[in-house]
Amino acid sequence: MPATLNTEPNIAAADDFYEALIETHRDLAPEQSGLVNAKLILLLANHIGDLDVLRQAMAHARAGIAPVGDGSAGVAGPPARAAPVGGPRKEAS
Amino acid sequence: MAGHASAADMIREATDANIDYQRLELAYARCADQDAAQPARHPVIVVGAGPVGLTMAIDLARQAIPVVVLDDDCRLSTGSRAICFAKRTLEIWDRLGVGQRMVDKGVSWSVGKVFFQDALVYAFNLLPEGGHHRPAFINLQQYYCEGYLYEAAAALPNVDLRWKSRVVALEHRAGHVELEVQTPEGAYRLHGEYVVACDGSRSPLRTMLGQEARGRTFHDRFLIADVRMSADFPAERWFWFDPPFHRNQSVLLHRQPDNVWRIDFQLGWNVDPDEEKKPSNVIPRIKALLGGDARFELEWVSVYTFACQRMERFRHGRVIFAGDAAHGVSPFGARGANSGVQDADNLGWKLGLVLAGKAPDRLLDSYGAEREFAADENILNSTRSTDFITPKSEVSRTFRDAVLKLAQDHPFARRLVNSGRLSVPATLSRSWLNTPDRDACAGAMTPGAPAADAPVRVDGCDAWFLQQLRGVFVVVVFSDDGSLASGTASALRKLAQQVIPIAAIVVVPPGAPQDAGTGGVVPEGGARGIAVVEDVQGLLARRYDACVGTCYLLRPDQHVCARWRAFDADAVIAALARATCNA
Ligand SMILES: Cc1cc2nc3c(=O)[nH]c(=O)nc-3n(C[C@H](O)[C@H](O)[C@H](O)COP(=O)(O)OP(=O)(O)OC[C@H]3O[C@@H](n4cnc5c(N)ncnc54)[C@H](O)[C@@H]3O)c2cc1C
Repeated sequence: MPATLNTEPNIAAADDFYEALIETHRDLAPEQSGLVNAKLILLLANHIGDLDVLRQAMAHARAGIAPVGDGSAGVAGPPARAAPVGGPRKEAS
Repeated sequence: MAGHASAADMIREATDANIDYQRLELAYARCADQDAAQPARHPVIVVGAGPVGLTMAIDLARQAIPVVVLDDDCRLSTGSRAICFAKRTLEIWDRLGVGQRMVDKGVSWSVGKVFFQDALVYAFNLLPEGGHHRPAFINLQQYYCEGYLYEAAAALPNVDLRWKSRVVALEHRAGHVELEVQTPEGAYRLHGEYVVACDGSRSPLRTMLGQEARGRTFHDRFLIADVRMSADFPAERWFWFDPPFHRNQSVLLHRQPDNVWRIDFQLGWNVDPDEEKKPSNVIPRIKALLGGDARFELEWVSVYTFACQRMERFRHGRVIFAGDAAHGVSPFGARGANSGVQDADNLGWKLGLVLAGKAPDRLLDSYGAEREFAADENILNSTRSTDFITPKSEVSRTFRDAVLKLAQDHPFARRLVNSGRLSVPATLSRSWLNTPDRDACAGAMTPGAPAADAPVRVDGCDAWFLQQLRGVFVVVVFSDDGSLASGTASALRKLAQQVIPIAAIVVVPPGAPQDAGTGGVVPEGGARGIAVVEDVQGLLARRYDACVGTCYLLRPDQHVCARWRAFDADAVIAALARATCNA
């Protein structure tokens, strides 16, 4: 049985946690906050360790948020099923 | 096959050490087939004399199969192109008698260092344990690699190399494939029972069959520069993310033989490749890395974009695709030529058995299945590396930088840093040629795994385990100091006399008297006798999770096909039948 993400209350001092979280971002520009959040996610993810749990958390976080645009930034999609391409392409010799 | 090793030695002696393989012109010569009234028929025609086609030809020729190799050019690789050749590739070339020469010339390395901005983030060792014959990698210019393969192929009497011979048409006929070959003296037709298409990433043969390779092209350009200079950087792979001398992009530095250094600069998408390759633009970039008064000469400069792609099926009737023709990866991870050589390794023995009528044609389908599986693994790894190195969105870049920052202090984050997951062979775990474990066995040598090396002693001389596997099926039995169980020696000898012979190796522990180990069995050499190897450091038993009685069946390409806790001749025969589609 894969472990399940705990979404029941689990932090005893919930308000203290929330305050500390916001405090962590004090006086930071949005870009800096972005970096702090990314580091925080990575640290916590490593602490959790269980990929099943992490995937559930990612799915919960993403649920209900519709993508904008067509996602053509080239990030999504499995490698083997897009348009035919030729490569490696030498552009100049 | 011992004769071939000495042929390789002869070439080495005869070869001028200073041959300029980049400028070597391979002469077109008219052949008898061009004057034949009817198209001549050959068992195998290999199209393309790159590293994969040449490896393929040598493998087949060593099995006494005559091979015609057609190449549209008369030169070996221009520019260094591939430089990193992996341990597994060297082991394959060892089996074919050309590995030592590559290693002697190449720069061996196993340490990589990753820098972020101006700090070292961490260092990794790709081969942290001893007891392997070959290093994790050598760096060697592709023209040397192809030059050595070419010389080895040319020295084999049954390899027929035809330069300036371009395949321009292909047609499946009953029982063979007809090729039309264009030469400086006009076209001629040729029949092949099988055609191995090793004609590179733009494979004309793929197009002729109406096939395509599908995948992702990365919207990024890379400047690849080879410079000649005397420098005292160590023989390590150095990778920079966002260094001060090349802001916001990545840089890779590698040492090659002859004081040549490979430098890759990521350029981004919005640059003009023609401008970028001009020395007046390249030199300042290199000076920024090396320092203003560094002295160097530009050897070769090129700008590339890369794609991860593959054909949906590698086998199309009697035409079988291998190497870049079948699949392509971005170069981070050095999985291009390395995986292509593994394709040839996988196909060689299968074609040999099918052509000899010892296995059904269906065995060739397993080539497709196994190598498509391996290609997916290579593409997955190479795609992930490329996404880490060249983040495609702002958030992806933020996470990438967060990983790199954390990696300076926290070991966990170092595991996430991806500057290239360097080529390791696929464990063909899903292959239908494998016999699943019946007994409880542990360790990495699962069915489908490429056999691990270890130091051994044979006839009182130091040697390596993989050197004892000579391109045939091998049954390996671990014994203690005592003799083999009664009947085992004669059962092993019988296995060596089957239609598809299985050679036998008995492993004895360190210090065990070797002749006593098999109750007086004396190695007779070749596939007929029973070889005895001493596990000098006990590493073989450890790497194969072996205790007394443990038994492995290895394929001619050195992949494990089955293992047991005790030798059982019937089980070995059944596993062989399964591994050759004769079950
Ligand atoms: C910059 C760069 C760095 C790389 N670094 C590495 C690395 O470090 N490690 C690694 O493993 N790989 C690396 N690669 C990839 C590697 O170079 C290729 O994977 C490798 O060359 C593929 O070998 P191949 O034999 O399949 O094809 P190729 O080497 O492309 O050979 C194909 C041959 O077929 C011939 N041919 C084509 N059409 C026809 C026709 N119609 N008739 C007859 N002949 C024909 C061509 O002339 C050519 O000789 C790198 C590639 C590049 C560009």
